[in-house]
Amino acid sequence: MTPLAAYLMVAAILFAIGLAGALTRRNAILVLIGIELMLNAANLNLVAFWHYGPNPGALTGMMFAIFSIAVAAAEAAVGLGLVISIYRHTRTTDLDQINRMKG
Amino acid sequence: MTVSIPFYILSAITLLGGLAAVTLRNTVHCALALTAAFAGLAMLFLQLDAQFAGFAQILIYIGAVAILVVFAILLTRNAELEATSVFSRTWIAGLAIAAAVFTVLGWAIMQTASRLPEAWPTPQVTVRDIGNALMSRYILPLEIVALLLTAALIGAVIVAMHEKEGTK
Repeated sequence: MTPLAAYLMVAAILFAIGLAGALTRRNAILVLIGIELMLNAANLNLVAFWHYGPNPGALTGMMFAIFSIAVAAAEAAVGLGLVISIYRHTRTTDLDQINRMKG
Repeated sequence: MTVSIPFYILSAITLLGGLAAVTLRNTVHCALALTAAFAGLAMLFLQLDAQFAGFAQILIYIGAVAILVVFAILLTRNAELEATSVFSRTWIAGLAIAAAVFTVLGWAIMQTASRLPEAWPTPQVTVRDIGNALMSRYILPLEIVALLLTAALIGAVIVAMHEKEGTK
């Protein structure tokens, strides 16, 4: 297995772990953790392709990864703010119990 | 050219940390495992000669996002029923979807593994190059990200702000 394929495989496994966590956990914060893992797996793909690509001097993949990290930080802040707001309304973060659209 | 020993160690840290983060029962332990996974990923970035991305990963993910997750866990901590499962009622469907996605990804990687580029010369990119690129070619995305971060900061504060009595 070439190094690039090995990195891609690690990213694929990490993405699957994050997806499984986001789809199976009951706690809303753990769902956000799963989404963060998926974003990180995508970042690993971007950086691996940048390193093994034909023109790393153009910095394209690296820039994608840096902007992706910034957007993921914004997403985490808003997502956790929403979880805290929902918790204040319903006194729970269990997604199986949060089943009403009405506040 | 084969993969090196450090790659195996770092990917093991990353994957075990990620697996523990989504399976452990105690949410604080989950946050700790998540931090380990982030650290492993930062190390993998350094292995790939992406120093700036690696240190940005350490600063932003371990320094900010993990702390934010711990704060959220502690703020929303209540008497979690020990008897109930940590997994949702529809966990079988979720696991099946994740397994299917991984099967497709793994199949695609295995199909194209022989055609992937083998080894190019190691990229020599300094932080100065990245700064110059950010200030010249990527100036518009940088401004948009600055706007997005400001909006996210204000939005997160407004969403999580205490509501007035009676409006609930």
